[in-house]
Amino acid sequence: MNLMQILKGLMFDYTLRTVALGSGILGIVSGALGVYAVLRKQSLLGDAMSHAALPGIAIAFILTGSKAPLVLILGAAAAGWVGTLFIMAVLNKTRIKDDSALGIVLSVFFGFGLVLLTFIQKMPKATQAGLDNFLFGQAATLMERDVIIMGLLGAAVLIIMMVFWKEFKLLSFDSEFGSSLGFPIKKLDFILTGLLVVAIVLGLQTVGVVLMSAMIVAPAASARQWTDKLGLMVALSAVFGALAGMSGAIISSVTAHLPTGPTIVLCISFVVAVSMTLAPNRGLLWRWFRERRNNRRLRLEAVLLDLGMLAEQHEDLSHGHPASVLNTMSMGQGGVERSLEELERRGLVQNINEDEWALTQGGVKEINRILEHREVKKV
Amino acid sequence: MDNEEIKAIRVDDLTVAYRDKPVLWDIDLNVPPGVLMAIVGPNGAGKTTLIKSILGLVKPAAGQVLIYGKPYQQQRSLVGYVPQRESVDWDFPTSVLDVVMMGRYGIIGWIRRPGREDRELAMQALEKVRMQDFANRQISQLSGGQQQRVFLARALVQDAKVYLMDEPFQGVDATTEKAIVELLQQLRSDGRTVAVVHHDLQTVIEYFDWVTLLNVRSIASGPVAEVFTDENLHLTYAGRVAFSRESKEQKNSLSDGDKQ
Amino acid sequence: MNAEIEIQLIASVVAAACALPGVFLVLRRMALMSDAISHAILVGIVLAFFVTKNIASPFLIIAAAFTGVITVVLVELLNRTRLVKEDAAIGLVFPVLFSIGVILIARYAGNVHLDTDAVLLGELAFAPFNRIVISGYDLGPQALYVMSAVLLVNILFIALFYKELKLATFDSGLAAALGFSPVFIHYTLMSLVSITTVGAFEAVGSILVVALMIAPPATAYLLTDSLMWMLGLSVSIGVISGISGYWLARFMDASIAGCMATMTGIFFILGLLFAPERGMVALARRHARNRWEFALWTLAVHLFNHENLPESATENRVDHLHEHVGWDREYAQKVLTHAKQRDIVEQENGRLYLTRTGRQMAKRALVK
Repeated sequence: MNLMQILKGLMFDYTLRTVALGSGILGIVSGALGVYAVLRKQSLLGDAMSHAALPGIAIAFILTGSKAPLVLILGAAAAGWVGTLFIMAVLNKTRIKDDSALGIVLSVFFGFGLVLLTFIQKMPKATQAGLDNFLFGQAATLMERDVIIMGLLGAAVLIIMMVFWKEFKLLSFDSEFGSSLGFPIKKLDFILTGLLVVAIVLGLQTVGVVLMSAMIVAPAASARQWTDKLGLMVALSAVFGALAGMSGAIISSVTAHLPTGPTIVLCISFVVAVSMTLAPNRGLLWRWFRERRNNRRLRLEAVLLDLGMLAEQHEDLSHGHPASVLNTMSMGQGGVERSLEELERRGLVQNINEDEWALTQGGVKEINRILEHREVKKV
Repeated sequence: MDNEEIKAIRVDDLTVAYRDKPVLWDIDLNVPPGVLMAIVGPNGAGKTTLIKSILGLVKPAAGQVLIYGKPYQQQRSLVGYVPQRESVDWDFPTSVLDVVMMGRYGIIGWIRRPGREDRELAMQALEKVRMQDFANRQISQLSGGQQQRVFLARALVQDAKVYLMDEPFQGVDATTEKAIVELLQQLRSDGRTVAVVHHDLQTVIEYFDWVTLLNVRSIASGPVAEVFTDENLHLTYAGRVAFSRESKEQKNSLSDGDKQ
Repeated sequence: MNAEIEIQLIASVVAAACALPGVFLVLRRMALMSDAISHAILVGIVLAFFVTKNIASPFLIIAAAFTGVITVVLVELLNRTRLVKEDAAIGLVFPVLFSIGVILIARYAGNVHLDTDAVLLGELAFAPFNRIVISGYDLGPQALYVMSAVLLVNILFIALFYKELKLATFDSGLAAALGFSPVFIHYTLMSLVSITTVGAFEAVGSILVVALMIAPPATAYLLTDSLMWMLGLSVSIGVISGISGYWLARFMDASIAGCMATMTGIFFILGLLFAPERGMVALARRHARNRWEFALWTLAVHLFNHENLPESATENRVDHLHEHVGWDREYAQKVLTHAKQRDIVEQENGRLYLTRTGRQMAKRALVK
């Protein structure tokens, strides 16, 4: 309820509140279910499903003449399902690969949907059905009853996901093992795919069929960067989805000529970019720093070991060796002087005279430690 | 034959076809309890398929499989499975302990979550494979050998009487291989039956006491001393090779095996 | 030429031009790259339009094609970070670019005839209005020229690099070893896909380009094993889809591009069902036939395996088939009757013996 109170405090506007709530719900549901799609390498299945939903919406309208959200959602879900089953059938029965099967369903169903839309526009009496909004989404058209339906359906989806948590985890990680334990993997797959269809369909009015797949892929891809735990990943993904959904929908609602779907997609893509760069451990920035540190350490170790090799040829540890020799030994990697200075700061080498260097006792110890460590690693 | 002692794994006339092409032809197999068995054969011989059809993962065109005298569906709790390491995505966001606990899911049953007991059993299994320090590690941080140990631990918590393992030595370093073999032999001396898809002919005699030579049909099956003969190996590898391209490699490894 | 024929001509040329690179996308398992590219080039078109202020400028095509290649590079870079899997990388890149394009159009280009409907559907019906007129002579619709040029480039490329394309598609390792850079082939192909997409964009819109690129080659893939035939069939199916789509649109008074896409889908379903060897009907019939044949083989192999062994007294019996082979009694009896007719087995006191034919059959089966 906390979220609700914050929202209420923030907004006095009914429309804005409805929009924010609706897109928040869609973000939570698609974010949570998207995790499974991404982990099971079905990111683009979401794209095919959402495009395939368009003719379902049109047919539902043609058959019932109603624009009631539940009717359209049912139509969309049915068509999304048919598209998915079609893909499965093509993959099972022919040598056509998944990319082609997805591409065909996506484009052909969508094309057929557009045919039906143009057909509807020319129907007598049809007051420009407003079905166009399903292409790129129009958050401003969300009504309270839409949000209530979204909330109920979304809650149902999430509850089912929680109930079968363990089973879905098993299905996603190692379905054959699950099957050997006696879990009906095909049925579980069926249920999880069904939940994904519902999650996609819930967002169509707000985000639109063309871009809804981004709401499946992007929150999950972002969340994956921050955590290695499935539970946390689902939670984070839902939060990211909700944040992007709400901010995108609000921005587009208060700005003229700003379609909702693309705005939401830009918001969530921003989250993706931030996550991929800044997330600890996996993030690119982190990785870059780690690599740099690693390289520096390796360079230091190399110079130290080289100096050790030179020192072995002299009994006197404090016999100086010229940096130029070390430079040659490092095969032109450069930075030898800088490394020597750093090593000196750590008390591992000493500057004998201007350009000549020698190991300290600490340096010898360090060399032994390094060599030992490498030996262990090899084993 | 019904008077004989009950077999741990019994396969009768098993034929498996993929798109109308036979992958396994009329396999008969009788594995007594308490043996450590290698399943050996060239690539495409149907070794993995044999394991999967014993587990009911592949539907046979004909024949039947009995585990301790009853169909697999009734004996699930008696069987543990170690799939090929490559069959899963090791970047999956989950921890070592979590993966091992999956071995308990069958016992836990629907919807209920794993509890403290499951956790403890999983930890014990991890100790047996000497991975207890890695319990909370993310699985993507493991080496190949460690991944294999995790899969073994997952099978151990199943506490099964019959184990089926698909190439547990694949991509594993020498130390881990030794540790795994010790573990398998330990399982055998506990009276459990372990069937292992194995690639390295040179180690068959050293590791196993029972062997099945397979090449689409069953060439021979029985104690290593009786069955693992040059003649049978030739029958398995030289004569009826399913894919001619692999035959060269196999012949090579065969001649290596002969040198022993 | 009247407008009707011109539209059909343009539709045919667009379909043919799309089908050619599409063949390689399907074979190289990169069909969804066309989806990504066709979405992403919108940004290129819009930005170039802001610069040139001319929707017909050739600069638009270059800019858009460039965006297409950038998309491919972006997906690959993202892939290489290994932070996400490849499918997710595609799914992350193109929505961003497409969203930027749509927003730019919605906000700044609202008064020109680049609206979101045109982006999704194209304007094939209006194509004949945009004509090339040189010193008073009407040379025909511009789209026809543009797409013919694209088609020509595609044909030239495939003809020139046929061998290399084939090699790079079926064995990229070998191609690299022989000195044909798979990377070069890859990027050239992607550039072609981009150029073709841009050219077709105006006529059929961004998403339906994907239908024309993927569905006809996939249908052809069900029909033939030869690359040459696949190219020819893809073009033919594309052209037929284009023309029949046009008439369907006339009949339904609906979007031409949408109808063309629908037709490619219908042809795909027809291929899926009725392709002579790989169609579902053919598969089902073959399976029914093979099941029977397979049962006979199974029986022969089973008897052969246990022949002359002590256990054959129990194994090679009629009852045993039911018990162990897992056939129900009725089915086992049927197989047996059939096998006797074919002179594969003989029966004596409930025991089964292979005939010579049967033994040969079993041996053949095992060697296979």
